Amino acid sequence: MTGHKKRRLHILYILPWLAGFLLFRAAPMLYSLVCGFTDFHLFRGITETGLMNYERILTGYESLRAIWLTLKFAFLCVPLKLGAALLTAVLLSKPVRGIRTFRTLYYLPSILGSSVAAAVLWKAMFRDRGLINGILSALHLPVVSWLSEQNPALWVIILLRVWEFGAPMLLFLTALQEIPQELYDAATLDGADGLRRFFRITLPMISPVVFYNTVLAFCAALQEFSAPFVITEGGPRGGTTLISLLLYRSAFTANEMGYACALAWVLFLLSAAISAFFLLLRRKLVFFADEEGTL
Amino acid sequence: MIHLSCSAKVRILWFLLLTVGAAVMVYPLLWLIGATFRSNSELFASAGIFPLHPVFDGWRRAFSDYGGQINLMRALRNTYLIVIPKVVLTLISVTLTAYGFARFQFRGKRLLTALLFSTVFLPQTVLYVPQFMLFHRLGWIDSPAYLPLIVPAAFAGDAVLVIMLMQFFRGIPKAYDEAAALDGCNSLQTLWYVLVPILRPALVSVSILQLLWTFNDYMGPLLYVRTPARYPFSVFVKLSMDADSGFAWNRVLAVCCMAMLPQIILYFVMQRFSAPETGGVKE
Repeated sequence: MTGHKKRRLHILYILPWLAGFLLFRAAPMLYSLVCGFTDFHLFRGITETGLMNYERILTGYESLRAIWLTLKFAFLCVPLKLGAALLTAVLLSKPVRGIRTFRTLYYLPSILGSSVAAAVLWKAMFRDRGLINGILSALHLPVVSWLSEQNPALWVIILLRVWEFGAPMLLFLTALQEIPQELYDAATLDGADGLRRFFRITLPMISPVVFYNTVLAFCAALQEFSAPFVITEGGPRGGTTLISLLLYRSAFTANEMGYACALAWVLFLLSAAISAFFLLLRRKLVFFADEEGTL
Repeated sequence: MIHLSCSAKVRILWFLLLTVGAAVMVYPLLWLIGATFRSNSELFASAGIFPLHPVFDGWRRAFSDYGGQINLMRALRNTYLIVIPKVVLTLISVTLTAYGFARFQFRGKRLLTALLFSTVFLPQTVLYVPQFMLFHRLGWIDSPAYLPLIVPAAFAGDAVLVIMLMQFFRGIPKAYDEAAALDGCNSLQTLWYVLVPILRPALVSVSILQLLWTFNDYMGPLLYVRTPARYPFSVFVKLSMDADSGFAWNRVLAVCCMAMLPQIILYFVMQRFSAPETGGVKE
């Protein structure tokens, strides 16, 4: 077998990744941590150090609104998106004619991902004299000025991301297809109805994927940028200025790098806290399922 | 009346439900295609898909210049100037890294694996400001070779792809490696001659995913590309919307259509040639 000396050389394979990790991720992260405690301005430099950025974030109206809107967006978007994904995956897991075509059609929107093109399409649909209002008025329903009122504007963005539920749907579908049929047969013999089978068998069996999808969807939602940037430009009156948008403006319009770094760290901590919460919850629930599973 | 058994009724109901859902999902895309062939005055006038009086000025004008510096074909070319090197570098770096993690033991492997997985959950947004300052200091902003967008790919910057490929490496029995070693291959030769051919479908998936993400990426070019003549397609789409919305939506939507087309074609290519069930790794 390979000698000790040779074995050590195998670390060379991951060296490029490690170098990239240190140079493009770890170092910038640390740098931004330090920078967040200064008032670094791209042209004026540093004049002061201390906690003022964090103070400004935690007391400023603009930043608190951005944090609130980001959380509101994420906590509305993720359950709706995963709910739609799971429901469709359950529907698609049954043997139905043309199942492959259906799968493709449901997946199609999610290919567009965070692309600008999808956002522009959405803007064309939801503008004041756009497609959706055209349909509403044809049906004699009241039209809504989607993009010039704060709440509808946020919902328009949520709807765009919910529409793109194909990626988590595919993961759910794969997990659903791996559940052994015997479990359902046994439950049916015991007289369990459809709903009970779903909550007692399906959901526990796919719970790892549920957690994975949840964490991933939250990570994506918390850093949502292109949709509000393209569709509403953060408006109306700041109604869709999520953290990433405020961060972008602070850094690249106002050149307040220090403040932007502090905002980035707030976003990072929010994201880490939510991920950690779900990982802990998962550990608890998986343990729980193990206990129950040994009937 | 035709008499149907209960299970057949359920099946028909199921089918109808799926059809309605699919129609709602695809309708915006079909409307978009139809709208590019409408005149601007009747673009939003009806919600149908097919234009009553098809016109082609949206498409024709989509290919004309914006401000003399940038047009659709040029933006497309710029995108491929980023995409092609990025995909090639990604393939090499991701394969080597995944191979190292999946097949070998070395000191600190547990810690390094944890770091690798943690980067998946690290929001990229957090890194934009410090990375921008790094590239600014390196003098890479607005570089004609798109260095800030491409170079990180040489260092396996997309951890998700590494993790995905690691799963595929694990799916290949170690017996292959051992047989190759007996035949006198060193580990690099084993990778190249034995494992890479087996992994080909997975590598197609990696390339297509990277291609799609790069094509869609907006924040990167927004920060690092300043000269309009170098704008890639994603920035061009936004530019065309800002220039035209309110006047020439058919032109804007035709540009949009051109942006979506490669992605949708690639998706079907991917379904045909790549490893199954890798389409949903990341959005």
